[in-house]
Amino acid sequence: MTAALMLELRDLSKSFELHHQHGARLNVLRGLDLRLHAGECVVLSGPSGAGKSTLLRVIYANYRPSFGVVHVRHDDRWIDLAKATPHEVLDVRRRTLAYVSQFLRVIPRVPALDIVAEPLLQTGVDGPQARDRAGDLLRRLNVPERLWALPPSTFSGGEQQRVNIARGLIVRRPILLLDEPTASLDAENRDVVAQLLAEARAAGSAVLGIFHDEDMRDRVATRLFPMQALEAA
Amino acid sequence: MSALLQVRELSRHYGLRVGCEDVSFELHPGELLCIVGESGSGKSTLLNTVAAQLSPSSGSVRYRQRSGHWLELGALSEADRRRLAREEWGFVTQNPRDGLRLNVSAGANVAERLMALGMRNYSQLRHIARGWLERVEIDPSRIDDAPTSFSGGMQQRLQIARTLVTQPRLVFMDEPTAGLDVSVQARILDLLRRLVNELGLAAVMVTHDLAVARLLAARTIVMQGGRVVETGLTDQILDDPQHPYTQLLVSSVLTT
Amino acid sequence: MTTTHFAYNFAFLDEDTKRMLRRALLKAVAIPGYQVPFGSREMPLPYGWGTGGIQVTAALLGPDDVLKVIDQGADDTTNAVNIRRFFSRIAGVATTEHTADATLIQTRHRIPETSLREDQILVFQVPEPEPLRTLEPREAETRTLHALADYGLMHVKLYEDIAQYGHIATSYDYPVLVDGRFLTSPSPIPKFDNPKLDRSPALMLFGAGREKRLYAIPPYTQVQSLAFEDHPFEIQHWEHQCELCGSGESYLDEVVVDDRGTRMFVCSDTDFCSGRRLEAQA
Repeated sequence: MTAALMLELRDLSKSFELHHQHGARLNVLRGLDLRLHAGECVVLSGPSGAGKSTLLRVIYANYRPSFGVVHVRHDDRWIDLAKATPHEVLDVRRRTLAYVSQFLRVIPRVPALDIVAEPLLQTGVDGPQARDRAGDLLRRLNVPERLWALPPSTFSGGEQQRVNIARGLIVRRPILLLDEPTASLDAENRDVVAQLLAEARAAGSAVLGIFHDEDMRDRVATRLFPMQALEAA
Repeated sequence: MSALLQVRELSRHYGLRVGCEDVSFELHPGELLCIVGESGSGKSTLLNTVAAQLSPSSGSVRYRQRSGHWLELGALSEADRRRLAREEWGFVTQNPRDGLRLNVSAGANVAERLMALGMRNYSQLRHIARGWLERVEIDPSRIDDAPTSFSGGMQQRLQIARTLVTQPRLVFMDEPTAGLDVSVQARILDLLRRLVNELGLAAVMVTHDLAVARLLAARTIVMQGGRVVETGLTDQILDDPQHPYTQLLVSSVLTT
Repeated sequence: MTTTHFAYNFAFLDEDTKRMLRRALLKAVAIPGYQVPFGSREMPLPYGWGTGGIQVTAALLGPDDVLKVIDQGADDTTNAVNIRRFFSRIAGVATTEHTADATLIQTRHRIPETSLREDQILVFQVPEPEPLRTLEPREAETRTLHALADYGLMHVKLYEDIAQYGHIATSYDYPVLVDGRFLTSPSPIPKFDNPKLDRSPALMLFGAGREKRLYAIPPYTQVQSLAFEDHPFEIQHWEHQCELCGSGESYLDEVVVDDRGTRMFVCSDTDFCSGRRLEAQA
């Protein structure tokens, strides 16, 4: 049985035009094709500067592609995120496409538990239940309970990263984009993340990730997608 | 059509001077849209024209009422405008003193819009007022104090309570945290973030502060010289700005 | 028989002015509770002494009318005496102190205790016709509020009263809603008198000379005093009865009778009180 195709990139290109740097142009991606199926974990590999993070951001519509198609399977329809309205993109992000960035964006005053619970609250789950699930996830990721009521701005890099991961994974979504989710984690917590990804895949999610650590890569990847830096124009 | 507000090619001039020109956008329930720009960008003119406080020079603003019927705001009678402002909309002004009644108590300020909608039970009004004071982190025991005895941040939180108590479908906010100390601002932004989420509000907010847009708005419009130079997802605009002016704005922000 | 001054028109005002007033009064009767602007004239009384009431009375008086004038319920106080003598001289009309015998009653700040009839008219002297004035100083704004029936502001005031005093503290000039539409000031009558406004058989006319407004409550019109569900409108009660006539149902004045501060409570409505005393003697 062939697994369902969840994400398709065709001829994807991304350049940055820096108007205030004398119109300098940075070409990062060109003519990229990629297919991602349910249950897969495709790992983007290649040296830094190859455009791996950029690619994830383009898929998430955080960056606007210069050319090409970003087809996402959303509710049994296909949407091209390169051409979708902001409204449509927000809907896709809410229910289909999750993104765990490399660094936690810290919001002042909001406790870690609420940061993790928020995506779940937005799907309509009530407060106490959402916070319970958030607590479960944080516990699995070894974030001590005494930290849950604190805003993460004072946490260590590793603790912030685990809050970030919990927030990204708390709502089961069909496609997961992960940018170096284990970079600041010790062996035990890398294990937990690998477990969480395995569970997600078993439930039918497709994962596209960047893992710097070779060990992690070997454990979680079902396929590698090698990338190379383009020459600057 | 699930949109709440449709703005099409809206322009507002002051004689020969352009206030805002050719602006189009839509707003859906539960969305917060930020209008970002520096002084003179036309953002306040745009907000006031959309909120029917100024009449358009050209273009249209359509609003879908609770009943489901669309209203053309440019052709609104004064009676209808006031009814909408009372029953379905809210407006948070930059200076809370412009949006509060300074000579009546905090409780009366919060209860007023409820009374305007016909609520006539004193205990119930007071109960709701106390609940909202707590919600905006004002000590409920200050319910009978006049707002003149409140700090600027407290006054602004009171204005927010006064505006949101009737759960308006659409809220307009004009730089609600400008001029406040940073810590006070953080508190109010946090409050707005929570309330917008909890109440599922649709809101249009004007700000010159990109960080506020990042925090609160899923979508942003960037204005310069009365025109929209860039529009779309907030995170996309701030992380991958396309227009030279947006790139300038983003790169100019100081970070701690 | 008093002599009339032939240099003046009947009831002082010229006929064109009376016509203007009557037009305004007709409009006021047609829109119960709505303040009609009118061309208030200079009267031989300063503003604040009842010029509005006098103009309304002057416009309505005919030779067969019987006029009663009261001030705070009494026929014998300065204001009442002066106005009654004015019309007696300048119109030659019969005057009376008996409410039941009057066809037209001009009053300052009270409604007679004796029930009124369909053939009677009550004219009120009004200092400030706009019930919202203390809350909203701008005339353009209060006119808009009335036009849009946007009366939330009034309830803010009542709320504030309860919050500050535990009850609605307004004891006179208590705002009413006329015919379910216009918020109206009943003039500074005590709230004790408000129920008398509701569906009265008599025509009630209100004149504010300084502010140049007239308004009316036609006979049998519904008049409700504003209140909250859980703080309903209540009239004043006394533990005393009138010491002169024994009434326990009329509005009582507290009068200081000597230098030691001895007080007694007596009916404010002098005609009502004397009427009861006469009956008791008979």
